[in-house]
Amino acid sequence: MDMLVGVDIGGTFTDVLTFDEQRRRLHVAKVPTTAGDQSRGLIAALDTLRVSYPNIALVTHGTTVATNAILERKGSRCGLIATRGFRDILELRRRDRPHLYGLTGSYEPLIPRDLRCEVTERISAEGAVLTSLAEEEVIAVGERLAAEGVAAVVISFMNSYANPAHELQAKAILEARWPDLYVTASAEVLPVFREFERTSTAAVNAYVQPTVSGYLARLQARLSSHGSSGGLFIMQSNGGMMSAAAAQRYPVHTVLSGPAAGVIAAANLAGQSGVANLITYDMGGTSLDVSLVIGGRPLTTSGMELEFGIPIMVSMVDIHTVGAGGGSITRVDPGGILRVGPESAGAEPGPVGYGRGGTQPTFTDAQLVLGRINPHYPIGGSSDLAFDVPRARAAIAERVGAPLGLAPEAAAQAVITVATNRIAGSLRRVSVDRGHDPRDFALFASGGAGPLLVSALLRELGAAQALVPYAPGIASAWGCAIADRQHDFVTMLNRRLADLDLDEVARCFAVHEAEGRALLRQEPLPLVETRIVREAELSYEGQTHVVRTPLPAGELTHERIAASFRSAYLQRYGQTEESFAGLGQLLERIPIRLLNLRTAVIGVRPSLALKDFLPRPTTTLDEAYKDTRPVYVAGRFVECPTYERARLPWGVQVAGPAIIEQPDTTTWLEPEIVATVDEAGNLLLEVA
Amino acid sequence: MAVDPITLAVLQGSLEQIADEMDATLERMAFSPVISDGWDRASGIYHPDNGEVIIQGPRGLPNFIYVMEFTVRSVIEWVTDIAPGDVYIVNDPYLGGTHLMDVKMVKPCFYRGQLTAFVATSGHWPDIGGRVPGGFSTQATEVYQEGLRLPPVRIMDRGRLNRDVLDIILRNVRVATERQGDIIAKITALNVGTDRLTALLDRYGKETVFEAIAEMKARSERLMRAHIETIPDGTYAFADHIDSDGIEWEPLAINLEMTVKGSDVHLDFSRSSPPCRGPLNSVRSTTMAGMYIAVKHIFPDVPINAGCFTPFTFDLPETTFLNAQPPRPVAGCASEVCQRIIDVVFGALSQAIPERCYAAPMGTVTNLSVGGDDPELGPYVFYSFIGGGYGGNYLTDGLTNGNPTIALARTQALEIFEARYPVLFTRYTIREGSAGPGQRRGGFGVIFEFRLLRGLAAGSLLGERGRFAPFGILGGGAAERARHTFVLQGREHRPAHITKDENVPVQPGDILRLETPGGGGYGNPLDRPPELVAQDVRRGYYDRDTARRDYGVVIQADGGEADVAATVRLRAARRT
Repeated sequence: MDMLVGVDIGGTFTDVLTFDEQRRRLHVAKVPTTAGDQSRGLIAALDTLRVSYPNIALVTHGTTVATNAILERKGSRCGLIATRGFRDILELRRRDRPHLYGLTGSYEPLIPRDLRCEVTERISAEGAVLTSLAEEEVIAVGERLAAEGVAAVVISFMNSYANPAHELQAKAILEARWPDLYVTASAEVLPVFREFERTSTAAVNAYVQPTVSGYLARLQARLSSHGSSGGLFIMQSNGGMMSAAAAQRYPVHTVLSGPAAGVIAAANLAGQSGVANLITYDMGGTSLDVSLVIGGRPLTTSGMELEFGIPIMVSMVDIHTVGAGGGSITRVDPGGILRVGPESAGAEPGPVGYGRGGTQPTFTDAQLVLGRINPHYPIGGSSDLAFDVPRARAAIAERVGAPLGLAPEAAAQAVITVATNRIAGSLRRVSVDRGHDPRDFALFASGGAGPLLVSALLRELGAAQALVPYAPGIASAWGCAIADRQHDFVTMLNRRLADLDLDEVARCFAVHEAEGRALLRQEPLPLVETRIVREAELSYEGQTHVVRTPLPAGELTHERIAASFRSAYLQRYGQTEESFAGLGQLLERIPIRLLNLRTAVIGVRPSLALKDFLPRPTTTLDEAYKDTRPVYVAGRFVECPTYERARLPWGVQVAGPAIIEQPDTTTWLEPEIVATVDEAGNLLLEVA
Repeated sequence: MAVDPITLAVLQGSLEQIADEMDATLERMAFSPVISDGWDRASGIYHPDNGEVIIQGPRGLPNFIYVMEFTVRSVIEWVTDIAPGDVYIVNDPYLGGTHLMDVKMVKPCFYRGQLTAFVATSGHWPDIGGRVPGGFSTQATEVYQEGLRLPPVRIMDRGRLNRDVLDIILRNVRVATERQGDIIAKITALNVGTDRLTALLDRYGKETVFEAIAEMKARSERLMRAHIETIPDGTYAFADHIDSDGIEWEPLAINLEMTVKGSDVHLDFSRSSPPCRGPLNSVRSTTMAGMYIAVKHIFPDVPINAGCFTPFTFDLPETTFLNAQPPRPVAGCASEVCQRIIDVVFGALSQAIPERCYAAPMGTVTNLSVGGDDPELGPYVFYSFIGGGYGGNYLTDGLTNGNPTIALARTQALEIFEARYPVLFTRYTIREGSAGPGQRRGGFGVIFEFRLLRGLAAGSLLGERGRFAPFGILGGGAAERARHTFVLQGREHRPAHITKDENVPVQPGDILRLETPGGGGYGNPLDRPPELVAQDVRRGYYDRDTARRDYGVVIQADGGEADVAATVRLRAARRT
């Protein structure tokens, strides 16, 4: 029992990575994702690796089951029970609209109005019971919903964050009568104010719970029937893993499972090269995920909007998604401005050069025209697919070149320049918006299309260096395999700092820690240590946006909390005492308010380095050299050398212009960019 | 064209991002919840010579898209010695403003010693002094009663905070401490703007950047004209009304005659009502903003800069309430009159290009402010606004509980209201039956109802659509009008002007109930698929009688499905 398995199931492929720590062996399998029941594909991948199931100690799994259920609206039929007068909270949202300009679009909540019921009860903002819960009404609406055939029920009462007693009482009633029903009480998922966001988060949980639970139960059964008795863990959106049992209760925590695993992998892989501050971007076919890693740890956020009207407010890796990918469509708008994305040709029909019926030229087509992608070595490495460059060239010429009066190559270059600028803008925005200067960060490029742009982004952002990992295609699976365990807790206090009872704070943190440690003790795994991270969310009184402030170790005092907040505040808004000039003094007059206490209980697993599992190449640079091909650089085609990534010896330098190919991506080195394969197996890019 | 297409696209994206970063900074640092949670704010970059808008943030409040150009122009005309490090604060409606609560700040950007651009930002303050907390007086007869009015004055003087101006402001507004925070947020946002703009000028050179700006303007104009050319030439007239000015029970008419010829549009508002005594006047900049927002809702892809305004000419005489002169009161201009102008433009264009139009949305912000003294929490100003339905349209049913067409502002969470103010909500629901029927029906309004718990308070309401319902188009029906009720000491009090009232004394136990309009319907309701009508009835959006009366759909006695045969018969009889 010493084999670890990391699994990342995406929309197209299921990546499985197995290794055993003793023998330092790593195996990788990529199989098509099996829609309907993803566990079939997973088992198929393990079978292709001839895994000995009884040897499996642990399977950690990044999953899109929850995300897909929501985005495709294929979750379960759910009911909602609300305080009398408030069943429409979920449908009313916060009064908004889908588009800034243009008044089209309507909204379908996850739970339709005919399945939303009300009962008599009321709790005040202070948590006092104003009207006690009418238990007989709970039974009556339970019967109605059961007759409607719902699989899950959300209970969301006003001010339950301040006192969850009525929600828990109603939940107990339903569970006693209908033991097969999944019941989510909103305050259990999110004990924080803002009734719409809390109800929405609970509704997502309920909506995906039967699907996720069923899936995990099937997977567990399949693994058991093959003889595995190892643990099954699920990657959470916060970048830590949790047991399958916990995921079945709180599947809302798995919504960003796969992307979070990618960021965890980036932090780990860059850490092996001694790089701790990263802007990571993962550019696939339709979108680009950007996030920040600071001091080796992914930046987290308290929530996001999954799509219009569906916020989920749980702790998660802060991932910003931009509609820019290899399939992004490029066109000249009626005003004569060249645009790339956000519309995408997706995987089907895909870029024109795929020859599958696509007619609108894409980012990938522009790369083909410029010669940066090897037409005989498509991403994914499948031999039956070859790119049709003339077709891509014709489409670029017609849709971009002609309207702009540019030759096809110049038009393709324009597409790349515009895409680079747009992506650089979003990378800069993500860092600046979070109070950081992109020049202090290294770029971490992944995804099939990411390393094609890494040279240009490196220059554009002025970052010191960029990294391309050894095998971007398996990064997420690696991230799953090495992730720590993590459980996050939040308690809302909402008090002026001056009125804060520090004993109460200590008690809250103690409860968080005890609950976290208890969860870690269930299904134990080898851990190096248990780390406790305590944060508070504070603001100046009256502000809506809070600043997540790490609390100092040791004894807390009001003064120390205030000092931590002030420095976090300046940092968050990219200011210094100096740049703030006299303005800081004005803020001093305003009281500070503490909204929430947060604790992350992290079970730190033994650290692993990918390089220890990789065969160190014995080849020379000459042996890695494949051939040359013409690539369009600065206005003309230049013969550029191409290299096979896996054969590049460690420590060797490659100077641009050059191309480094591997089955899962292509790295384009512009002139004056130098790449080194370092001792950790990462490709390190710098401006010469 | 001097600037190449690649640099042009890059600069357009970069300029847009600068404005976006300014918006983000302001929104996150702001103390006014209307800015931070409601996004009632905008930022942009403006031309140094004439204040023309160069770029606006992609998520900025639509109502400010044109107004800010006037604001910057007034700074250029008003301020004699514009210096580096200055920041001007201004909210005068008659100097490129909206209502007094929208406080703008403008900073010159000097590049290599030369005035090169202005950056500006606007955001709504929860109070600006004046006769009612929150600023939405319905009884004011002069702008002086509506609050503190600032021409462009220096809040920062050559890089130093001007304490004199700051102190005057803080002495004249309620909850002044928090306004200091908003001033800091705005100054920081402006600093982000000038820093980033300077970096851009360093990189590309001033000449290239301004060539690109000129080209962006030309292209926006070209794109706007291309869209206008798709509108058949002709004159399209439409009229709609404001309930009253709050003082005299007389409707105010907006009469629009829109003439489209080639790629030019002329808007003649000259036959609209004269200026009114109460605060439902509009100023020129806000009226024009309404027209541009309407067009942008119909052609969303035109990038905003001065170029998209050039195809339009106006007849907007000072003899109408749409171009009032000082000292007329104007509190209702930005939120209410501006929306009606948008509705009127939709109404006129629906005759020409119905395939790109919307039935009327709810057309009101429904500003509610309650000021009082809570024995437990102290003095407070509670300000809220409530959504309503959008009109059915060429693609979809209208959205339920949309925000106003002029804004993006979201309502705050009820639980936050309950935590901060002595109120307890009793209902927040879809207002059943409020949507206009149509092949694609309108969205629904809401019912927003709460009780005062402690202390005495004064409630003021400035809303609209109590007399004149949001209209349907292409055979769609009108929506329900607004209906607001205060239950005072057990007795129902209806505001004298239905949607407007001022300083109504509210005691503990009293209830305020606001019912907002839905949106109008699009197309003949007899063409709505019966299964969608049945679904609406199952969901309780309207009852089976309404299904029969408005849609000609018979719902089966059991199960709630449509009775297809009976529906076909009923509809056939209706159509003849």
